[in-house]
Amino acid sequence: MTAAVADAHDHHDDHGPAKGIGRWLFSTNHKDIGTMYLVFSLIMFFIGGAMAMVIRSELAIPGLQFVHPEFFNQMTTMHALIMVFGAVMPAFVGLANWMIPLMIGAPDMALPRMNNWSFWILPVAFGILLSTLFMPGGAPAGGWTMYPPLILQTGDAFPFLIFSVHLMGLSSIMGAINVIVTIINMRAPDMSLLKMPMFVWTWLITAYLLIAVMPVLAGAVTMLLTDQFFGTSFFLAAGGGDPVMFQHIFWFFGHPEVYIMILPAFGVVSEIIPTFSRKPLFGHDSMVYAASCIAFLSFIVWAHHMFTVGMPLTGQLFFMFATMLIAVPTGVKIFNWVATMWRGAMTFETPMLFSLAFVFLFTIGGFSGLMLAIAPADVQYHDTYFVVAHFHYVLVPGSVFAIMAGAYYWLPKWTGHMYNETLGKAHFWASTIFVNITFFPMHFLGLAAMPRRIPDYSTQYADFNTVASIGAIGFGLSQLLFVWVLLTSKKGEKATAEVWDNPPGLEWTVPSPAPYHTFETPPKLNESHGFH
Amino acid sequence: MIRKSFLSLSGLLLAGTASADWALNMPKGVTDLSLETYNLHMMVFWWCVGIGAVVFGVMIYSLIKHRKSKGVEPAKFSHSTTAEIVWTTIPVVILVLMAVPTAETMVRMEDSRNPDLTIVVTGYQWKWHYKYQDSDIEFYSSLARSSLEARRKQSGVDPFSVDNYLLDVDNPVVVPSGSKIRLLFTASDVIHSWWMPDFAIKKDAIPGIVNEAWFRPNEVGTYRGQCAELCGKDHGYMPIVVEVVEPEAFAAWVDSRNVEQ
Repeated sequence: MTAAVADAHDHHDDHGPAKGIGRWLFSTNHKDIGTMYLVFSLIMFFIGGAMAMVIRSELAIPGLQFVHPEFFNQMTTMHALIMVFGAVMPAFVGLANWMIPLMIGAPDMALPRMNNWSFWILPVAFGILLSTLFMPGGAPAGGWTMYPPLILQTGDAFPFLIFSVHLMGLSSIMGAINVIVTIINMRAPDMSLLKMPMFVWTWLITAYLLIAVMPVLAGAVTMLLTDQFFGTSFFLAAGGGDPVMFQHIFWFFGHPEVYIMILPAFGVVSEIIPTFSRKPLFGHDSMVYAASCIAFLSFIVWAHHMFTVGMPLTGQLFFMFATMLIAVPTGVKIFNWVATMWRGAMTFETPMLFSLAFVFLFTIGGFSGLMLAIAPADVQYHDTYFVVAHFHYVLVPGSVFAIMAGAYYWLPKWTGHMYNETLGKAHFWASTIFVNITFFPMHFLGLAAMPRRIPDYSTQYADFNTVASIGAIGFGLSQLLFVWVLLTSKKGEKATAEVWDNPPGLEWTVPSPAPYHTFETPPKLNESHGFH
Repeated sequence: MIRKSFLSLSGLLLAGTASADWALNMPKGVTDLSLETYNLHMMVFWWCVGIGAVVFGVMIYSLIKHRKSKGVEPAKFSHSTTAEIVWTTIPVVILVLMAVPTAETMVRMEDSRNPDLTIVVTGYQWKWHYKYQDSDIEFYSSLARSSLEARRKQSGVDPFSVDNYLLDVDNPVVVPSGSKIRLLFTASDVIHSWWMPDFAIKKDAIPGIVNEAWFRPNEVGTYRGQCAELCGKDHGYMPIVVEVVEPEAFAAWVDSRNVEQ
């Protein structure tokens, strides 16, 4: 303590945040930047969600009612790009910014100015991407996977698409570097790597994945750019190029990318389930090994997205077996969460409810993933609504529910007030019911052979499409409850430092709301924080 | 417009009760390999159901019994090497049990040797072109006229009044039943994907690349599929129709085509 007092007069920033817009524009504070990331992600969630509403409205009944096929394709493409890069990824970066320093006992992120930059690139990137909606030829409509030659038929939007993807990649890489440097260098002195909380661990692994694959995506889209404008033929058969090579490169990025969107979610629920089970996380170390295994495997399974491109048999077999293996570490994670609940003393506050729904529904997404791994069956599932059902199950009640769970869990720490639990539970139940009404029927549509990315369909698909559309509108409206919770979050009773019933982790040792500067002297770990 | 939507919505509800189209599962198809594919699909499905029943069963039991409101004291344990070895080993065994029959089917799927008939399929934005190898028969196959008007935005035509809406073509592919038919796929502009669920064939048609697949249809009939790779604005409007006919009828069809050309 004496050291801290002696140091205090050296600090120029004991005063709180700067006043006005400058606080946000020039912020180097991990909490402010975390907040900006989270707010940005919520805005993108609603913009991407509005596009989903357009898609589901058009698909509610057969026939073309509202939009032209060109615009429909723009909506599916933009919905995916915005949800993946604008909503889910920045939300996890926001949680990382807020919570990693608090969880490891660091005063801030290691590279605060880069932190500011990596955030402020995002509004620019998405401003550019959204502006393509108003360009001649419209927004990109070739799918978020950007397969050539189709993507080269994009109108004026094409270079802007490439540029915005570059910017998103730049932002992600800088964010990832920051996370790694912070975790490696700034942990509290007693916190060995294996003592780190699971959220920190999963983010460390995620950050390495980001650094490994975002440059690959940048390379792929740059080759698209030069094919379009500089006369190269990387992917153009007429010039000796290979359209399939793009798919290999894209999915070498794309498969780790799906784990980038789910590993931090694993981390969030691994924090929440122990708290509300009042029992330590089961198998902490094996969770770490499982997450590392998943990360490693994610690099050698990419071509399971491409079982129909005409790969040799041996290639198909390799990618099928490697993909099936992922079920093992993923199973370990799910079993460990269930074992954490087993013989606990559970209560069901909103964060716990979202985490439990995550375990249930992510597992269903995992099952359909295992089915998709079986190459001959995948030939039937590929590019149908079965795939749409699968990845929405792992992304919406998977990643998005984990983000919601994390938001409710840490909201009192951020605002200093308890949110309205009744509203939170209403939000949870509405979301959970509607998300299943939306996405479960899509399994049936896919098995009955409805392709994805079509604006209109044959009449035998009408019934389940109507159900899915009703569910989607309900799910969209339910999210307004979340905004209501956030807007009223300062009205609740004052939160204690611990907020919950003796939760593990250093973040609960600082007051609520967390002061602008925390852990200016490194904390000591002890058993009451859940460290052994 | 809203009123029309309501009208078609009520039409849909009526049709829904009349046509019982709430199909839940994959078709078994009409080739040996499509049946094998269906069986693999069901095998994995039932494994998932079984695993799900155990995992969700334990979880639900725990959610009911191990809650604070029941006054339970939380246990303290946080690892068990035995449990972890068990639930790592069992999934590996299950995966091997799944992988073996799957690999066997894949070997059979790739064996396209000695076909009786070869058809070259070329994808265009947005139609298919078929050429019967070693013959003069070739034709384009596009969305049938009956769907063309109804598919337009706010066309005023009820899709339910159109037979095989969006799944019918002007020139179907005709093949003889019982023969081994090899398909060679390529494309002229962007990537398409030729998908016939009843034959368990989905293969990308890629510019500059020739892919192949084969099928031996066991039953005569008309089979319908669609392009399965996003290929631009009319991706949803390039269906595939294959008519499997008796060999004699096929020979007659070939003769009639040759007279036409």
